[in-house]
Amino acid sequence: MQLLASGSAVVIILIVAFVLANGVPFLVKTGLAEFILGTTWDPTADEPSYGILPMIVGTGLATFGALAFAVPLGLACAIYISEMVKSAIASVLRSAVELLAGIPSVVYGFFGMVLVVPFIRDVLNSRIGGYSILAGSIVLAIMILPTVISISVDALKSVPVSYREASLALGANEWQTIAKIVLPAARSGIIAAVVLAMGRAIGETMAVAMVMGGVKAMPGASLSNSLFKPLQVFLEPGRTMTATIAMEMGYAAPTHKQALFAIAVILTATVLAFNTFVHLALHRKKLRQ
Amino acid sequence: MKQTVAKLLIVTSAIVVLCILAVVISHILINGLPLVNLAYLTTDPDISWGNPVGGIRSTVWVSCYLTVIALLVAVPIGVGAAVYFTEYAKVGAFVTALRFAVESLAGVPSIVFGLFGYALFVISLGLQWSILSGGLTLACMILPTIIRTSEEALRSVPSAFREASLSLGATRWQTIWRVVVPSASPGIVTGIILGVGRAVGETAAVMLTAGMSLGFPILPTQPGRSMAVHLYTLAQEHIAYDQSYATAAVLVLVILAVDAAASLIRRRTST
Repeated sequence: MQLLASGSAVVIILIVAFVLANGVPFLVKTGLAEFILGTTWDPTADEPSYGILPMIVGTGLATFGALAFAVPLGLACAIYISEMVKSAIASVLRSAVELLAGIPSVVYGFFGMVLVVPFIRDVLNSRIGGYSILAGSIVLAIMILPTVISISVDALKSVPVSYREASLALGANEWQTIAKIVLPAARSGIIAAVVLAMGRAIGETMAVAMVMGGVKAMPGASLSNSLFKPLQVFLEPGRTMTATIAMEMGYAAPTHKQALFAIAVILTATVLAFNTFVHLALHRKKLRQ
Repeated sequence: MKQTVAKLLIVTSAIVVLCILAVVISHILINGLPLVNLAYLTTDPDISWGNPVGGIRSTVWVSCYLTVIALLVAVPIGVGAAVYFTEYAKVGAFVTALRFAVESLAGVPSIVFGLFGYALFVISLGLQWSILSGGLTLACMILPTIIRTSEEALRSVPSAFREASLSLGATRWQTIWRVVVPSASPGIVTGIILGVGRAVGETAAVMLTAGMSLGFPILPTQPGRSMAVHLYTLAQEHIAYDQSYATAAVLVLVILAVDAAASLIRRRTST
């Protein structure tokens, strides 16, 4: 039994070992700083260069955009489910959220291509046909909504009813109770929801690969400096770390493959760090209670 | 006043979430379902003339093949692990570490699973791009889902069941496999169904381990293209929107069926 239970541990150790073994030698040879801060990614050139900063920026912008949409929307929806409706409507909403979580990422990607991308192209006049960081953000936002909602609902539900009763008894109205008592009490769980959603957004592959345009240059490099540049950059095409691995693994030569594994090292380290943070935060809270 | 505005915004956002779900599903089904018929499901895809024609028979087969292999590996290990966690494990550093491993595994991005499967199964173990490599990679991916849901199901079995069985002279082993696991089986099956959903929809990891070739694999050592990978390649062509819609519709139908089955089991056991 113990052996079977160790299965997951074995798999995670193997994953870390294999990704490190294939990626770290390359990182050492190229230099971590050069790899992360280099602005040119051209592994197939005669003199190849391996800089992933444009992809880190692409991942960062897409994730930031996704959180900007999904966190307010998801949190509000979680408040609705946990605080404001009877259990019948809440369970309908919860199963809708579950269904949203079950739809494969390639379907979301295709949906983004046929609906979100043309919308951006026609309404916002993006340069290359709507394939943009914004499209990635919108699709990602839909995909991380279930994470934000279901973990926030759990966090809100774990706030004792007596808190609410005490607040209402003191004369606070329903909204004051939610905003000043329930939300602060559920804070750590809500933060966990946001961090986990962020981890999902960073690791998501197919959907962003399909709608962001896959351009290797630094996002917004061709834009002139203006006050609106931070907003305009979302209409530019870009590509994420994950998309680069998915798109190039098929034809990569050996050194190029190692470079892709090196990207996976950075990616895995980031996502595992996020998960560890959440694990520790939630664990500490359990101990305190 | 403030309360009215806040409540209005909150209700609106719940409606927006429902609308998003409705738009995604209805857009795919309305555009894709009319193209799905028996012929589409029973002919192989043909891309030899550039513009893809034909159906998706071989890709459906590959998706099923991959899922079965993944389940054959992941279910025994996952259920065994869940039994260990609920029935045997004591509080301690070892168990905490194992739990942390399960949590971490659930958070690993699918593309990293793909690279791992490529490095271990495809290259190191010499399995090449094959159904076996893909199925084993998927098994690693769905392991956390199966462990979590099985664990939840096992925990909800009342301890009175265990006590009654033990007091009748059954051994611990008999109690677990004849009393506890059978009463938890609806929950365990739900976990397996959710695992099926994940395995059928997975793209990145399958692409890197089972390949993209369009053959009809008989042996698990042959490569193949799953439905999800097929949808990705079709969509990337930018000319095959009809075909893409139809494949996407089939995928959505599978997910709807998976979801319906899971909630049916849940409802039947909760009443």
